[in-house]
Amino acid sequence: MHPAFSVVFLTTLIGAGQGLFLALFTVESYAAFGLLPGQDSRFYALGSAVALGFLVAGLVASFFHLGRPERAWRSAAKWRTSWLSREVIVLPAFMGAVFLYGIAHHAGFNPLLATLPSAVPVRLTFLLGMGGTLLAFALFVCTAMIYACLRFLQEWHTPLTVINYILLGGASGFVLATALSARWAPEVAGLLGGWAMILTALACLGRAASLLRNARLKPKSSLRTAIGARHPRIVQKAQGAMGGSFNTREFFHGRTPGFLRQVKWIFLVLAFALPLGLLAAGAAGAAFIVQYLGLLAERWFFFAQANHPQNLYYQGVS
Amino acid sequence: MTQLALVIDLNVCVGCHACVTSCKEWNTSGSAGPLSDFNPYGADPTGTFFNRVQTFEVGEFPNTETVHFPKSCLHCEEPPCVPVCPTGASYKRKEDGIVLVDYDKCIGCKYCSWACPYGAREIDEQQKVMKKCTLCVDRIYDLSLPEIDRKPACVKACPTSARLFGDVHDPDSEVSQAIRENGGYPLMPEWGTQPANHYLPRRKTKLRIHEDELVRADNPLKIEGRLPKPALSEPSLDDVTSW
Repeated sequence: MHPAFSVVFLTTLIGAGQGLFLALFTVESYAAFGLLPGQDSRFYALGSAVALGFLVAGLVASFFHLGRPERAWRSAAKWRTSWLSREVIVLPAFMGAVFLYGIAHHAGFNPLLATLPSAVPVRLTFLLGMGGTLLAFALFVCTAMIYACLRFLQEWHTPLTVINYILLGGASGFVLATALSARWAPEVAGLLGGWAMILTALACLGRAASLLRNARLKPKSSLRTAIGARHPRIVQKAQGAMGGSFNTREFFHGRTPGFLRQVKWIFLVLAFALPLGLLAAGAAGAAFIVQYLGLLAERWFFFAQANHPQNLYYQGVS
Repeated sequence: MTQLALVIDLNVCVGCHACVTSCKEWNTSGSAGPLSDFNPYGADPTGTFFNRVQTFEVGEFPNTETVHFPKSCLHCEEPPCVPVCPTGASYKRKEDGIVLVDYDKCIGCKYCSWACPYGAREIDEQQKVMKKCTLCVDRIYDLSLPEIDRKPACVKACPTSARLFGDVHDPDSEVSQAIRENGGYPLMPEWGTQPANHYLPRRKTKLRIHEDELVRADNPLKIEGRLPKPALSEPSLDDVTSW
């Protein structure tokens, strides 16, 4: 596939936003159960604002993917069948939840709603955070399933796609939260940094698993089934146009296999190895920037690696 | 239930591209707007087509065969492009099984083209919406046309009658018979899309001559050619004399 930068930015930006929100709510949950000192609500409000910024930036990027952005509102219609439609619904819902969560913390409006038997207080922001957490995971699933549900894009059609979207987004969000906490909530920086390293390591494992899986894929389609001629040697002599078409532009990345291999090693280093080292060294801000660049490369590779069966019909010009 | 479809006979397709030009002419002139071209006379012309003819060489020299392969939307019975559409612009008609795009609802997200394993959909770079073969839906039901013309433009244009059009759910239709009797097959059956369009394979007409037909079994003396001509006065017998 030809990686579209609008989608590369959309998926990486909202992934970081979702991960950051999950990190905020993790801190609040720890505090609610008395495992950590309660944080200044400014930390949550600021974190929510940053998360919202990433989500809005992702949403803006997604519009560049549309030929007719003015009709984007129509895309909420087919949520019964289309994961893209579901994403279109869940993304604004999640943004709303993050906004309410941030506003509630910012305004200090946080009434005690109930108390659990073990004297754990259930506050408004805790409920909002729970809802936001559910929506964040729903959004990860929707985003990943857009790709994982296409059964003939064999590189994507695996549960690893969903797992990796969750882990990669979570990792980058937790690294970002670590960077923010260094300034605004130093007492939880250790906890967040630990989780950031764990998630980055898990994401590395998940992505390595999908790389191994994809390296051993056997394409189900061949030119034999594509045109229905039973012969091992079929060579394309003409594709019906010599100047290229939508089919040659949209489904080919146009790079050499060597370039793809380079990108693979670049993202393995930038998204996983370097951030782990930088987190260990306590440079969370640098770790986030490096990891985000690595995730851009990772997402570019994710799209470029997918080999669409329609490409069988476009193997030669003349 | 009706399922309109094309049956394309690769045995007689000569790769003349008449279906391509005829399709383009009809569909660029309709009320749905043009099928945009860019740089048509430049170095890299490109544009939107519903139908393309490709050419493949099957086999190794000298035993090669050139297969001309017209390729358009197959109007799948389980179209993977339809459920993924977020707006419902892409739909399959209940009444005749044609897969269509509502150009007024399409947002141009290209997701349906990713979901089509055949690459049958092409975006119109001018209108910024996804387009595909409509089976000339604006033509086959047009009562102002004589009945013989109520067929897709490509079918009308084909000089070798390589394209048949009809209802593949009606077992007695011309297309169903052609599929049944001439080994019609769907493309990429491995994805379970159940394409409605079928292709008829290359078929060789072979004359099988057995050895006993080369040497006449009923001629035990192996006498071939002209036999001696008897005199007029002699009696004549079939197979013994010639006259």
